[in-house]
Amino acid sequence: MKSRIPVVLLACGSFNPITNMHLRLFEVARDHLHQTGTYQVIGGIISPVNDNYRKKELVAAHHRVAMVRLALQTSDWIRVDPWESEQAQWTETVKVLRHHHRELLRYLPQEEGRGQGSAVSQAPAAVPELKLLCGADILKTFQTPNLWEDEHIQEIVEKFGLVCVDRVGHDLKRYISDTPILQRYQHNILLVREPVQNEISATYVRRALGHGHSVKYLLPDAVIAYIKDHNLYSSGSSCKGSSTQNNEGKTS
Amino acid sequence: MENPQKTEVVLLACGSFNPITNMHLRLFELAKDHMNATGKYRVIKGIISPVGDAYKKKGLISAHHRVVMAQLATKNSGWVEVDTWESLQKEWVETAKVLRHHQEKLEASGGEQRDSPVLERPGRKRKWTEQRSEVSQKKPLEPQRKDVPRVKLLCGADLLESFGVPDLWKREDIANIVGSYGLVCITRAGNDAQRFIYESDVLWRHQANIHLVNEWITNDISSTKIRRALRRSQSIRYLVPDLVQEYIEKHDLYSAESEERNVGVILAPLQRNRAATNSRTTTA
Repeated sequence: MKSRIPVVLLACGSFNPITNMHLRLFEVARDHLHQTGTYQVIGGIISPVNDNYRKKELVAAHHRVAMVRLALQTSDWIRVDPWESEQAQWTETVKVLRHHHRELLRYLPQEEGRGQGSAVSQAPAAVPELKLLCGADILKTFQTPNLWEDEHIQEIVEKFGLVCVDRVGHDLKRYISDTPILQRYQHNILLVREPVQNEISATYVRRALGHGHSVKYLLPDAVIAYIKDHNLYSSGSSCKGSSTQNNEGKTS
Repeated sequence: MENPQKTEVVLLACGSFNPITNMHLRLFELAKDHMNATGKYRVIKGIISPVGDAYKKKGLISAHHRVVMAQLATKNSGWVEVDTWESLQKEWVETAKVLRHHQEKLEASGGEQRDSPVLERPGRKRKWTEQRSEVSQKKPLEPQRKDVPRVKLLCGADLLESFGVPDLWKREDIANIVGSYGLVCITRAGNDAQRFIYESDVLWRHQANIHLVNEWITNDISSTKIRRALRRSQSIRYLVPDLVQEYIEKHDLYSAESEERNVGVILAPLQRNRAATNSRTTTA
C-alpha cells in the first residue's frame, strides 16, 4: 500500500468561544484529506490566540483554552495547545506554525532498525506535514492590505500548506485566483467542501448568550456549563481586550 | 411567582427523526426562547414523537432505533423528552391525532382539580363551544382552560409548506392543527413562510396561532445528509449528539441497504388520503 503523507492540522483563531462549527472543520478536513488517498491525518491542534491580539470581546485566554479543552474531551485526535496564548505578546500565525512544526519534528517516533517487533501502525514513513486549517473567511483576509505580511503568506502556503473549508457566501476559487501568492502555490491549498452548511459563528453565540438565549446544541454541553459557571459573555460581564481590530484576520 | 395570565405550552415535534440531529434539538431551544419572550407563554415541556414504521417513508429504519437515539439525544435536556405512543401504533397516525392524544393526556392529568371553577362560569363555556364548531366534525375538545397547558406543533418551514402537497394532509386536519392547537414554525426564510400563510385561506384565518421563529444562522443538518455521510464513511461528529453518533456506529445503522427500505411503497398518508378520495368519488 502506497504510504501516505502524515499530516497534522493546526487551527488558529480566537475560539471565543469554541463552537461545533470549529470542531466540524477538523472532521470535514480529515475526511477530505483521507479521501484524496495522499494523506493520513495523524493529529489536530487548536491554538487559541493570545489576549494581546486585542480583539473586541475577547475573553481571557485561560478561559478560552479551558473551553477548548472541555470541547475536546471526547475527541481522540484533536488537542488544545496553549503555547500561543501563553506568549508575552501576540504571535503571527507563521511563527505559530514554525513552533508546532519544530515540536512535531522533535517528537517523531524513533524508527530504530529493530525490525517489525513493535505493532505500531501509526509510525509514519515520512516527516509529518503541518497544515493550517481554516475557513474560507480567513483566505479572504489575505487580500486585505497590511493585514498579513506578504512573506508570511508565502511561507504559510509554500512551506506548510493550507486546508481551507468552504463557507456560505465565500468563493474560495476566486480568492485564490485574485491573490497572486495563493495562485502560485495553489497546489498546496486544499479546498474542502462542507455539504452541511453550518454557520454557527462565535459572534452569534456571544450575542445569544448576551440576550439570555439558549445556545444548546451549538457548542458542547461542557463548554456551555463552563460559560455559565464563569459568567462569560453575559450582557453585564467584562472581558479582556479593547476594540482595536487591525491585526491578522482572525475571525470568530 | 409566575404571571398567572401566561399560557403554559408543550411543544410537540412529530417527524421521522431518522436520525435525530442537532438541528432538531435546536428547534426546541429556538422555539422555547421565542415563545417565552412574547410574555404570553411559558414553555414547560418539549416532546419528540418519532413516527411509526407504518409511515413507510423511504430509508426509514425501525422505530425502536429511532426512539432510542432520540432518548440518547435528550438525555442531557432538562425539558425535552421522547414519547413512544405514536411509534408504537400499528397503523400510521395522523399528526392531528397525535396532537389530540397529547392534549387529552394533559387535560386528564391537569383537569381533575380544575372541574369546579369551569362549572361556575357557564357563560364562558358556551362561548368556547361556539368557536369550536366550525373546526372539526368530531366531538370538540373540552373548553380551553388557561390552567391546562396547550400543545403546539413544533416544526420547520418544510412542514408548513408540505400542507400544500396534494393528499399529504387532510384539509380538516390542517384546519384542526392550526385552529385548535397552533404551530411554532422555525424558519430561515421568514418571507417565504409568511407568503405561504398569506396564500392559504385556512392558514391565514388562524395566523394568530402560527408563530414564525427566525433562525438567524444557517443550520442545514438534515437527516438525509447525515445518512449520506454515513454511507460514505464520512464523519457526523458535532452534527448529532455524541451518544447518537456512537449508537449509530455500534449498531451499524444506515447503509445503502437501509436507504432502500420502502422503495416502491406509497407513503402512508398518500395511500390513506387517496383511498378516501376514491371512495368518496365512487359513492357520490
